[in-house]
Parts: sequence; structure tokens; C-alpha cells
Amino acid sequence: METPVNKPKQLRIALRNCGMLDPENIAESIVRDAYQALGKVLKEYSPQECINILKQSGLRGRGGAGFPTGLKWEIASKSKSDQKYVVCNADEGDPGAFMDRSILEGDPHSVLEAMAICGYCIGADKGLIYIRAEYPLAIKRLKIAISQAMEWGLLGKNILGSGFNFEIKLCYGAGAFVCGEETALIHSMEGKRGEPTNKPPFPATSGFMKKPTNVNNVETFANIAPIILKGPEWFSSIGTKNSKGTKVFALAGKINHVGLIEVPMGTSLREIIYEIGGGIKENKKFKAVQTGGPSGGCLTEKHLDTPIDYENLIAAGSMMGSGGMIVMDENDCMVSVAKFYLDFIVGESCGKCTPCRVGNKRLYEILERITQGKGVMKDLDKLKNLSYIIKDTALCGLGQTSPNPVFSTLENFYDEYYEHVVEKKCRAGHCKNLFHYVINEELCVGCAACKRCCPVHAITGEKRKPHYIDSNICIRCNECIEKCSFDAISIQLEPKILV
Amino acid sequence: MTHIKSLEQLTSKRDELKSNLSRLDDPNNSEKKVQIKVAMATCGIASGARTTMDFLTAELSKRNIPSVVTQTGCMGYCYAEPTIEVKLPGKEAVIFGYVDTKRADEIIEKYIKTGELTEGVIPRNYDTID
Repeated sequence: METPVNKPKQLRIALRNCGMLDPENIAESIVRDAYQALGKVLKEYSPQECINILKQSGLRGRGGAGFPTGLKWEIASKSKSDQKYVVCNADEGDPGAFMDRSILEGDPHSVLEAMAICGYCIGADKGLIYIRAEYPLAIKRLKIAISQAMEWGLLGKNILGSGFNFEIKLCYGAGAFVCGEETALIHSMEGKRGEPTNKPPFPATSGFMKKPTNVNNVETFANIAPIILKGPEWFSSIGTKNSKGTKVFALAGKINHVGLIEVPMGTSLREIIYEIGGGIKENKKFKAVQTGGPSGGCLTEKHLDTPIDYENLIAAGSMMGSGGMIVMDENDCMVSVAKFYLDFIVGESCGKCTPCRVGNKRLYEILERITQGKGVMKDLDKLKNLSYIIKDTALCGLGQTSPNPVFSTLENFYDEYYEHVVEKKCRAGHCKNLFHYVINEELCVGCAACKRCCPVHAITGEKRKPHYIDSNICIRCNECIEKCSFDAISIQLEPKILV
Repeated sequence: MTHIKSLEQLTSKRDELKSNLSRLDDPNNSEKKVQIKVAMATCGIASGARTTMDFLTAELSKRNIPSVVTQTGCMGYCYAEPTIEVKLPGKEAVIFGYVDTKRADEIIEKYIKTGELTEGVIPRNYDTID
């Protein structure tokens, strides 16, 4: 039986209540100090005082870009208007990320409370949560939470006798990745096409319905109440010089303990993967970790001891992103990883600007060629040049960051690209055109187990005689290797000259 | 219906609710109960947490063990879903992973009835704020 030994590496601030209370029963949240921070702010602080607390705390946006939250609120509070809005961005679209969903499903009141605090600080009485329709349970629990908070008088008119009014409504997104970008998100809420526009004007001056709007991510909001209750000094004592507090990561991929974790900023990748994550599956060799989703990049072995914060990740060629961490082992092909993300981007590009719409498609085609063994050296230069052009000319954050997986894999895994192009070899055994299966005639007993399981009838041979795989028909599904009891089938990395 | 009109009311309500909870947790109190939380986020439900929760609710009342079974959000141990947290009165909460109905039955018979730990305990690997 396992017992805890060292001091835990994790510190849960945003996740403080996740898994501790019943999200559909407000009483349990009240027991764990929900709405205490709102009460304190309404009673003791002026809006500016509250904003100052946030500025002192050093909290930065957890959606990925890391803009200081206090400053964001201050800009919105200084915009003059009869109507302002608070928007919670719950359009979590990175592949492999589930931080926001977990917070909304586990502790919806922490987000509602913080939105009300934000409303008080910037002078808004309406809040909107933009949530993707693919999160039905989170939507259900938010609805219950909002109606219970209204019933208890913690949202609605004259909250806690302060004269402050605040109501929250839900807006559903149809699951477009680009709608996580704040201007596209606002358009989508207004019922327009989810396309981004140039900034400025920033939403803080002209956002939803052309009114000043403050957009924050779910996790950012979840950090607000503890900062108010425990003070900005407490919060800024955690983390690194320029990145304060903690960050939630969704650990996924080839790791033993897939899960949701929250660690202080400055924790190293090694601690996350080997201590919290329990190491790589089946004791394979660590190759890379992908952070920041399609806009991020890969961190490799040489980054294992880098303390993770906003600046260090950028310096390492990746980014914080919303917190997805996909761990890859020696069996993952980095060219295919880049191709996977480009495929995602091609599908999610809104099509408004040419660099993103056409450029990414071309990048994808080049990568496709390389993984099929049809690449030439010139392609590698093309990849790089085109990536720079897209980065410099695309309209919004999605397009500008879309070549990042290419940059990062070219930078860290150039030799793998080289192998694909020159040697026509995929060392991970992942690219289907670059390897084939062979049956060892001495080991094969002719039991026909492989022949029976082959879905495309690529295997021939008489009973009790060695069998043969026709590489031209084989689809590389790996079924035969798994079925063979005699280890007679193996992968050969050199591509077979197809006839 | 509770309608809270001031911070003082909110605080006193919180304290009232807290003391209700601590009565459940006091081993010397006649109202003491075994408190079980089942991680029921989308991921947990997909792994079968609802079956586990229904089983626990039904079996605990059938076996006359005073208990409250509630749902909760994600505990973060995605690799070991479904996960549950069991708190015996006056004791530290213990988290169990991979709780299908078979293991749930084991937990009731062994840990809840006799206090003897079963397979599948997950050490708590984080600090939280209080």
C-alpha cells in the first residue's frame, strides 16, 4: 500500500473545492466560504481598492496570454459607459485540456462569486458565461448554481444589503476553437459569425454590444476569492518573480497518472511528470511534452528542469496556454505531432484572413508529404519560411501562433525531419508509409493466427508453412503483431520499395 | 427559503451549516454518519461513477450503516476513476480509486465496518488552502 512520503508538490487554489463539495448544493459551498469574499469586498472595499489588491497580488490571466488581471479590470473600470459587462470565457478548446470544465463542474460558485466581484469593481451589473455546448454537465450545474445563488440572495438585486445588483446569464458556443479569442467570442455572443477583429479597440473599451466588457478565463476567476480573503501578499508569496500563484494543468498522454493537477508557478517539468504524474507509461523513454495546445510548442528533455512560468515557457519556444500538457514518449513521431496540430488548425481557422486560411493548409500539405516519405530537403526551408509569413501576417492570435508546433518541432527535432526526408525513415515507427512488417521465416510456425485477424487479407501462406505479408495491401494496423504468439512478426523501419 | 441579506447573516449561516456537519463527524454523537463523496464530473460518470454511487446508496441503507452519499466534482485522479472519498466519523478522509461495485462492496465490508484499509487507496498528493 502506498503512503505519502514527501511534502506534496501540488497546491490547490483554483481547485480548492473541486472534489470537496456537492456542486449542486449551495449550502456545501457556503460552508467552504463561498461568497465571503464578495461580502467582504461589498462591505469594506471601494472598487479601486479591490482592483489594487488584485494588482498587488500579481495575478495574471490564466487563459494563456498572461495579461495582468488587475490592470485589465482597471482599464474596464475607467471606461465610461451606462452599461458594462463581465464575461467569463469558458470556451475551452485545446485538445487534451479539461481544466475549465472541471472547475465549472466541481465548484461553479467560485466563478459566479468572482464574476460578481468583477462586476462591482468595473461597474457592471450583468455577467455572461460563454460556455461551449459540448459541456452539458457543466451547463446544468451552472444553471443550478445560478438559480440557487439568486434564491439565497447572493446574486440578483441588492446583494447582501449593499445596493449592488448583479445577474449572470449563459451563452452557448457551438464549439469553434477561434471563439476562445475574445473578440471572436464577443461576436459569437452577439449572434454574429465567430470571427476575430483587430485590436484596438480592446473589449475593455468596446466589447459586447459595443459596451466596455471585461473578459476573463474560468481559472482566473476561480483564483479571485482566495486572494481577497487571504490577502495579496499571501498570493504573491507563491510562484516566481513575474508569475505568481499556481497553475492548473491537465496531464494527458503517455503518462501513468493522467489527471488534473495544480502546482505553484516555478515547478519543474521533471517534478510534474515523474513525481506527480508517476512517470512515463510502460517505463518508456520521455521524448517531449506539448504545452499550450495548438498555439504552443514542445518541451524536450533539456527543458525538464526549467521552472515553469509564463516567461520561461515563451523562452523555451512554447507557451503557457490554458494548461493542457500532453506527454509523448519515444513511440511518438514529432513530424506527425506537428501534422496533427496543423490538421486541427486547418479545421478551426475561421477563414477570414488568407495567411491562416491558405497558409496553414499549405503547411499541412508539406507535412503530409514528409510523413508519406515524399518530402524533399527544400520542403524543410519552405516550412520554415511559410511559418514566418503566417506568424507575421495573420489577423488574430489563432493564426499568429498556428505555426508554433512547426517551429518548435523543427527546432527541437530537426533530425527527425531530416530522417523522414532523406532516409525515408520514421524512427518512432509511426508514419505508415515509412515502415513495413516482415515475418521471420524461421520463427513462423504457420499457425495462421495473423492471417485470420488481418482485416485486409494482406497475409498469405499455407498451413504450417511460413507466411508472407504483402506490404502493398497492408494498412499497418498492428493487429498481426499483437496476435502472433511466436514473436515472428517485426517492424522494419527501412521503407520497402513498393512495386 | 433562505434569503441572506448581509455579510453577518452569511457568516452565521456558514457557521450553522458547519456545526451541522461537525455533528455528523463527531464519533460520540448519536447523529454521526459515514460521509462518502463520489467524484461525478463528466470524466467520472463516463467511467461508471453513477453505478458506483447508486450501489453505495442502496447497499449502505440495506446494510443499516448511517451514511450520506453525495456527488462532488473532479478530484483530479483521472487515471483511477471512479474515485470516492470516505470519511469515517472523527477520522481523516481516505480516497479510493478504481471503485467499481466489487471494490465498493469491499470498502463497505472492510473499511467502513472494521476500519481496515482495502486495496486502491490513493495518497492525497496535494496541499489546499484553509
